[in-house]
Amino acid sequence: MPTSTQTQSADQPALRTSDVFIYLVMGIFFGVVLILSEVVSWFRIQEMFRFQSFHMYGIIGSAVAVAAVSIQLLKRMNATTIRGEPIKIKDKPWNKGTNQLIGGTVFGLGWGLLGACPGPIYALIGAGITPVIVGLLAALLGALTYGHLKPNLPH
Amino acid sequence: MELMSTSWPWYVAGPIIGLMVPALLLLTGKAFGISSSLKHTCAATLPTKAEYFQYDWRASGLWNLVFVAGILIGGVLAVQVFGGGGPTGISDATQTDLRALGLTDFSGLVPPELFSWSALSTPAGFVAIVLGGFLVGFGARYAGGCTSGHAIMGLASLQLPSLIAVIGFFIGGLTTTYLLLPLIL
Repeated sequence: MPTSTQTQSADQPALRTSDVFIYLVMGIFFGVVLILSEVVSWFRIQEMFRFQSFHMYGIIGSAVAVAAVSIQLLKRMNATTIRGEPIKIKDKPWNKGTNQLIGGTVFGLGWGLLGACPGPIYALIGAGITPVIVGLLAALLGALTYGHLKPNLPH
Repeated sequence: MELMSTSWPWYVAGPIIGLMVPALLLLTGKAFGISSSLKHTCAATLPTKAEYFQYDWRASGLWNLVFVAGILIGGVLAVQVFGGGGPTGISDATQTDLRALGLTDFSGLVPPELFSWSALSTPAGFVAIVLGGFLVGFGARYAGGCTSGHAIMGLASLQLPSLIAVIGFFIGGLTTTYLLLPLIL
């Protein structure tokens, strides 16, 4: 187990208290929106994959549009974080797209079954759909399995 | 049976979710994404030797774990305080299709025929929850992101890997919808 103290200076903890507050509030806000817009609904995911409503496409599409315009604005203005640190958006690792295509397809198979991607999994548990706790444990097992098989999988 | 959905319309929810991206960047410089929380949880709790989990999870992942804890609390508040979690306002066409598969209860966010503790021990419930969850976790980490990291953050920052991943999401989702679900239900 690597020690975390070696990689950080003493005056910079892994997470500042003020940041904990920011992430918690943003998470709560996101969770509320996910439920009230029914993004977490298994039925909505079915409706999306059956192309029977614009709802999910409208949400994802407008979210992407708003985020894309925001990112372009931040870049053009050379915006920094509120602490004055430069904002860097890392490129996703790219080889031949093999892992994105296979991994994405595997994810999609599960998304259709569980009707929830990782964010909604947490929101559904909070909403009291307790069997989804088993789904989260299975997702953790999936991530664990991937971590062990990674050296042997095409990427 | 008249069930009223109180869903927020897409043009309210979508832009709000989109604004999470610049908000995170401006406040703390983090890239929006959720499925890495699965990796961080494994790294934080399990004594695994796989190289994939050998990193300082506190430095790179603690923020993400706090964020998803917030999402869970948000789920509690949405239902207990804001009255969410009622019937989903899906289209008649979808209801008809799902009824044909034997799913008839649209009074909540999930079909109780699959998502209840008693359904967990049925083949259909087990496949939906356990296999579904496993594939979501495995696939998201294999692809390097999920709906938030690839479909929203990745597409918004014009990344080709994310477009490929989203195409995969739909290949998988359509396969489940039209081939797997009719098999298990």
